[in-house]
Amino acid sequence: MTAVVAEHDDHHDHHDHGPEKGVLRWIFTTNHKDIGTLYLVFGLIMFFVGGAMALVIRSELFEPGLQFVDPNFFNSMTTMHALVMVFGAVMPAFVGLANWMIPMMIGAPDMALPRMNNMSFWMLVAGVLLLASTLFMEGGAPSGGWTFYPPLVFQNGKSFPFAIFSVHLLGISSIMGAINVIATIFNMRAPGMTLMKMPLFVWTWLITAFLLIAIMPVFAGAVTMLLTDKFFDTSFFDAAGGGDPVLYQHIFWFFGHPEVYVMILPTFGVASTIIPVFARKPLFGYASMVYATGAIAFLSFIVWAHHMFTVGMPVAGELYFMYATMLIAIPTGVKVFNWTATMWKGSMTFETPMLFSIAFVVLFTMGGFTGLMMAVAPVDFQYHDTYFIVAHFHYTLVPASIFILMAAGYFWLPKWTGNMYNEKIGRLHFWLSAVSVNILFFPQHFLGLAGMPRRIPDYAIQFADWNMVSSIGAFIYGFSQLLFVYIVIDTIRGGTGEKVSDEVWEDASKHSLEWTLPSPVPYHTFTTPPERIPTEHF
Amino acid sequence: MSEDLRQKNAKLVRKLALVAVAMFGFGYALVPLYDVLCDLTGLNGKVEGQAVQEAEYVVDKNREVTVEFLTSLNESTPMLFRSEVKSMKVHPGEYYTVNFYAKNNTDKPMIAQAIPSITPGLAAEFFKKTQCFCFTEQTFAANEEKTMPVRFVVEPTLPERYKTVTLAYTFFDNTNISKK
Repeated sequence: MTAVVAEHDDHHDHHDHGPEKGVLRWIFTTNHKDIGTLYLVFGLIMFFVGGAMALVIRSELFEPGLQFVDPNFFNSMTTMHALVMVFGAVMPAFVGLANWMIPMMIGAPDMALPRMNNMSFWMLVAGVLLLASTLFMEGGAPSGGWTFYPPLVFQNGKSFPFAIFSVHLLGISSIMGAINVIATIFNMRAPGMTLMKMPLFVWTWLITAFLLIAIMPVFAGAVTMLLTDKFFDTSFFDAAGGGDPVLYQHIFWFFGHPEVYVMILPTFGVASTIIPVFARKPLFGYASMVYATGAIAFLSFIVWAHHMFTVGMPVAGELYFMYATMLIAIPTGVKVFNWTATMWKGSMTFETPMLFSIAFVVLFTMGGFTGLMMAVAPVDFQYHDTYFIVAHFHYTLVPASIFILMAAGYFWLPKWTGNMYNEKIGRLHFWLSAVSVNILFFPQHFLGLAGMPRRIPDYAIQFADWNMVSSIGAFIYGFSQLLFVYIVIDTIRGGTGEKVSDEVWEDASKHSLEWTLPSPVPYHTFTTPPERIPTEHF
Repeated sequence: MSEDLRQKNAKLVRKLALVAVAMFGFGYALVPLYDVLCDLTGLNGKVEGQAVQEAEYVVDKNREVTVEFLTSLNESTPMLFRSEVKSMKVHPGEYYTVNFYAKNNTDKPMIAQAIPSITPGLAAEFFKKTQCFCFTEQTFAANEEKTMPVRFVVEPTLPERYKTVTLAYTFFDNTNISKK
């Protein structure tokens, strides 16, 4: 092992080679930029796969009655849409950003564990393919909801064990990715890059990685219990054998609540990176941002039962989980105010990444407020399992996580490719997305308050109008995302033809290290550590 | 990558992997923790699985508590299952007997287990049964119908705020599991 590595190092020193040629480059690569690209492209493809499933759902709900799909397939679509978007699109996309940006932001030559990095990507692909294969199995893909609640989940056909193994693979992949991120941040920082000088994106990913290591194994354990309950006669969740199905919900949400923060914390990090650049000011309240992220991560472990207010908890439990949940609004509020204060009196310009980031601040806050509404236990009984919750978490995921991923794409594409994207089409993409996402999800608040349950293929006719509006919004939103694909391909192929400078955005190099590198970034960067650490961001 | 850094990384990876393995174990540890917590606090309405000795209580004739009976079948359990009455008014401290009827709808023998649950959960400890079909598995011959009495008492110490107590039974078909 040592001999092989030493040989590789020698080779490396003699000629600073670029990437291998051909398709094998992508299969065997251990370069953090290549793996980042793989993750990002995979996330984007899955975004469209999950999006296509969402459009099946919205087509069926366009009018009352059963039009296009049978109810079981409809339920498969809701379940698979969630699983694909969470584990296939949003999480991998953020891991892709972490791979690309963390080494460049902390002045490291690569991730700490490049081989494991490659392995965690391909394990993710295997997991998602396994999950996708269930679509073609007897009885269809999982259809009991992405939460896999027993005993309903046992009614899945042949797909059940495959879905479980897929979750195992995805979990192992995430854990390896998280270990890699932590090792990189702890051991690979350039001299002078103290923890409190790291860009906020690095900080949020560090905390996210710890969340992942803590929760993915718990989820793996929970689904393993489901597996043994079904096939090996254990009774973890089977009341007939002395188990309790409610126990599953507790274990699941002990994982599930931190899991939703796994998707939002890196979002906060990217927003905190983009907004200062376009406001041309340092980030307001850097330290408080770090502490707020830590506080949110901590609180995420002690609020899980607010997902299950209606299981028949005693009043004391409901009160505890209600107040604990409301506490989360405090660190989250700190963040929103900090972003606003960063923009305050800044010399703002509104390029596409900034537009998406501002929309994120506004729309995520709305999603946060509906979250506070549902934290109130007595009123949650009305909102529970209605379209109100659907509207809530889509506001915190689509115009938040997805918008910020788009913003990140526009923000760093010029750095990655050396070419400028088409700003006009970028802004068109933004405005179409920002308007249609509200047409899509805002009416779902009304539907939920009026009592429309989630996960149903057919509904009472009084819900018809808003469902139609929502579906129209869904189609506009879905198809306008194709603009992003066009822009990405166009930019890689040369974009506007304008060669971008090293820092791309005015004074960006004061904020973070990646802008001190040439554009496009060379295959190997920071083989010698940077001499100066930017300090603008704190 | 220097040898020093390689060792530092390996050490950190070992620690973090250990955390991941420990958290997998923690997921399983939540199972007994949950049972202990429920036992200590009586939160989830689980009822004692054994008969209690019939004790004498002072009957509180001035107070009435409504006891409701719910019967349900686990998915695809081929049975009929109902109670003699939907609800009854009881005096705390007095013993009552109520009949439940269950019928095996198949032409094969069946082993079934009824699981009781009491709502509100915190009232469960004041609800005592001296006789119940739920204490053991019930064996039904093909198409057999059984009348199964439950004898219970609501203890006079039941706090005043509980006006209604619901006793729910779910029958599970355990034939395949119990034969093994």
